[in-house]
Amino acid sequence: MKLVKVYVTLKDSVLDAQGEAIKSAIHSMGYNKVENVGMGKYFELRFADDYSDFEKDVDAICDDLLANPNIETYRYEIMEAE
Amino acid sequence: MKFAVINFPGSNCDMDLYYAVRDGIEQQVELVDYRAQSLEGFDGVLIPGGFSYGDYLRSGAIAVHAPIVKEIIRFANEGKIVLGICNGFQILTELGLLPGALIQNGQSRFICETVALRVVNNETAFTNGYSKNEIINIPIAHGEGRYYCDDKTLSELEANNQIVFKYLENVNGSVEHIAGVTNKQKNVLGMMPHPERAIEKILGSDDGLKLFQSIINYQVKVNN
Repeated sequence: MKLVKVYVTLKDSVLDAQGEAIKSAIHSMGYNKVENVGMGKYFELRFADDYSDFEKDVDAICDDLLANPNIETYRYEIMEAE
Repeated sequence: MKFAVINFPGSNCDMDLYYAVRDGIEQQVELVDYRAQSLEGFDGVLIPGGFSYGDYLRSGAIAVHAPIVKEIIRFANEGKIVLGICNGFQILTELGLLPGALIQNGQSRFICETVALRVVNNETAFTNGYSKNEIINIPIAHGEGRYYCDDKTLSELEANNQIVFKYLENVNGSVEHIAGVTNKQKNVLGMMPHPERAIEKILGSDDGLKLFQSIINYQVKVNN
């Protein structure tokens, strides 16, 4: 089984309102050394081993559904899974 | 005119829109299920507010893959009237029928209040009943209504007069106070404020009524 871990995050040009709110909570806990917090989304896609075209599929799925190219970027890691 | 109000799982302003058309401008209107395959016989399509598919993934992102959507795209491409309000606006941007995106409000909380808007462009199918720069009071109710687009898109919007409504006070941190935009052809409008909730004075404002009347004015002109 192939496991694809997809990370979707906001582009740098877009204000990450949730990240900012989390950062201010972290600061209120006393961890003032934290300079920035970014929040994103994490997905796990699994493919059967005998399917080799999966990277093309992952790109299409990210472009058409998991990420909105107007505001977000994505990256992914491929690993072996049981 | 005969309007379709699309009903997605999680839509919750569908009946408000229905009554705005039926009682506000006294035109024909039907609720259309998201699984329907055809919008044959309708003149305009209205996409209501709410939380389609629970706002899972991103607001409007899942609705884009519902069966009825290919008909909405057809309507838009044929120059017919398409209006998306609130979640409807989010769906239209996710679809790519309108530029930009709606993201979480700058202050990270849900805003529910009546706000003042400026009618920036009164020469559209949706705003010909207003005067230019008219100030109107329309309710908003959204957590993810901050309009975002990049600088290039913004200059295109400005050059083509696609910005239709702006907030007087920038309540959610939108680029250039933008509250509503059209596509290039100006037959598709998306807006975060709810004109269908401003149809009768007794409910606070009837400033939304002219938007629906404008659509009728436009259609009469087109038909002649």
